[in-house]
Amino acid sequence: MSAVYVWIETFNGKVLNSSWEALGAGKTVATALNVPLTALVFGENANAVAAEAGKNGADKVIVSEDATFNGFRLEPYAALLSKLVADNKPKAVLAIGTARGRELLAASAADTDSGLITEATSIEVQSDGAIKVTRPVYAGKIISEAVGNVAGTQFLTLRGRAFKPNAENAGATAEVTTVPAVLAEADIATKIESFEEEAGTVNLTDAAIIVSGGRAMANNPKDAPAGGDAAVWKAKDGFENTIQPLADVLGAAVGASRAAVDAGYISYAHQVGQTGKSVAPDLYIAAGISGAIQHQAGMRTSKVIVAINKDGEAPIFKLARYGLVGDLYKIIPALTAELKKRLGK
Amino acid sequence: MHVVIFTRSTPDTAAKVDVGANGAVGWGDAATVVNPWDEYALEEGIVQAKNAGGKATVVAIGPEFNNESLKHSLAMGVDDAVRVWDATLEGTDSLAFATAAAAAVKKMGDVDLVICGKESVDVGTDQHIYQTARKLGWTMLSYVSKILEVDYNAKTIKVERLLEQGKQVVTSKLPAVISVMKDINEPRYPSFIGIRKASKAVIPEWSLADLGVTLPASQAKVIKFMNLPPKNIQVEMLEGTPEEQAAKLVDRLLEEKVL
Repeated sequence: MSAVYVWIETFNGKVLNSSWEALGAGKTVATALNVPLTALVFGENANAVAAEAGKNGADKVIVSEDATFNGFRLEPYAALLSKLVADNKPKAVLAIGTARGRELLAASAADTDSGLITEATSIEVQSDGAIKVTRPVYAGKIISEAVGNVAGTQFLTLRGRAFKPNAENAGATAEVTTVPAVLAEADIATKIESFEEEAGTVNLTDAAIIVSGGRAMANNPKDAPAGGDAAVWKAKDGFENTIQPLADVLGAAVGASRAAVDAGYISYAHQVGQTGKSVAPDLYIAAGISGAIQHQAGMRTSKVIVAINKDGEAPIFKLARYGLVGDLYKIIPALTAELKKRLGK
Repeated sequence: MHVVIFTRSTPDTAAKVDVGANGAVGWGDAATVVNPWDEYALEEGIVQAKNAGGKATVVAIGPEFNNESLKHSLAMGVDDAVRVWDATLEGTDSLAFATAAAAAVKKMGDVDLVICGKESVDVGTDQHIYQTARKLGWTMLSYVSKILEVDYNAKTIKVERLLEQGKQVVTSKLPAVISVMKDINEPRYPSFIGIRKASKAVIPEWSLADLGVTLPASQAKVIKFMNLPPKNIQVEMLEGTPEEQAAKLVDRLLEEKVL
């Protein structure tokens, strides 16, 4: 019997919550195609995650617990997924388009000569069973519509925060099947030497709220110590002592414009825009960012955009729902204080 | 030692891209540039080839305008350039791309390492990179932020990868395909002499017949391109002292239920 597969991404045995969004999208596809929704859980703690998948809408779960899945290496994951697809010929395979999800589904689609459409922001199952997808291209400047081949397995990766999870049903259980890993440790060329977790950072693409700083972070009124680059010191201090406290009150991730990253004010991991991350939070606060087209491409689909900028003519105000003209070094601390008061923190 | 870098020409990052009345994607008079992610791949390829006393070859799969990115690559210091194109590649999916890319690498015979930029900004995806590795049957190491050690004789490589949760260090075997992040290096500007030399270069074109492959049937196809729906947003300017602005904003954000 055929199925719709959804890969549930885990890290150190814990589910990435956005995987439930993929299960939500998978439900839409499985219902339209009238086939069971099957979650795939590989790695540490897979059986416990399988139970959670049942509560989140999966009809069935295929689990595989094996030490080779610890950490993440493409080889063991792709080998198992490709075998499951070749053996069972599911109608579709879905996953959230995280770094791992994109890589895994692409590899497995290649192994099985299946079609893959990435970064879907909406999906529609047509009457013939082909899945039609809309997705951003040219760094989000335009949209493309693409369709899979109904005769094969249609692989899709989904943009985070574009699909809703199923309503959780605490009493629901899924039928669990256990399968062995395909590759043994000796068959895997890649060996993990070390892993250094970046503690305390909120993942930009998962974040419901993002506070970003731009070039104007260098306008910090504090005096930079003698020696070294004053602008870099001021901007770094601003990210740490002005932006971060606001992010902390909001439980937000910290973003940055390319100008700020290129100037060395903050690391590249924080860059939002065409050559950084594409994000779509509920709330995006742009502080001291003029809103170059490259930046807009990465954040324009945010639900509510707040722009704080000295220049009332800055292009960012054309995208914003709320505009505050003024000095970010005065407005952000005032905003942090106000939020602390109002949110009772 | 031989390293291959894949690149392509994409519209300048500042260009306004839109869909015309005929449904075609255009970017006005804006120039095309090397796909922005590929600059890091090119720099890394040049450095790797130089350090190992080897050769770097850049490959683009696409129609003639891609010669611009190949010439830019040559001007940066890549040794050789090849463009792969065939009318039957038009409008195909990533499986077809990966099949052609893998065949081009195999045709060169002696390749140890393939380097790609993290993704292609025009098609908005990275899938063809991983699929090229699978079609070659080589190790795939994605999101590489540093090449820590590489031994082209022992055929081993050690890299740092930047994942969403942190930094992973892995060792693996060559030949391999790697995709590199912006963190990995500072791409050089082409030198004046490099630009002059590159402008005279004649770039060979390989057809699918030259590669000896037939393409798999495409399993996914683009139906159409659309402009973004207009953002019907009226900005509300919040005025007053910073404290007043902050209070007004918090009022609005609580009403919007985004906190």
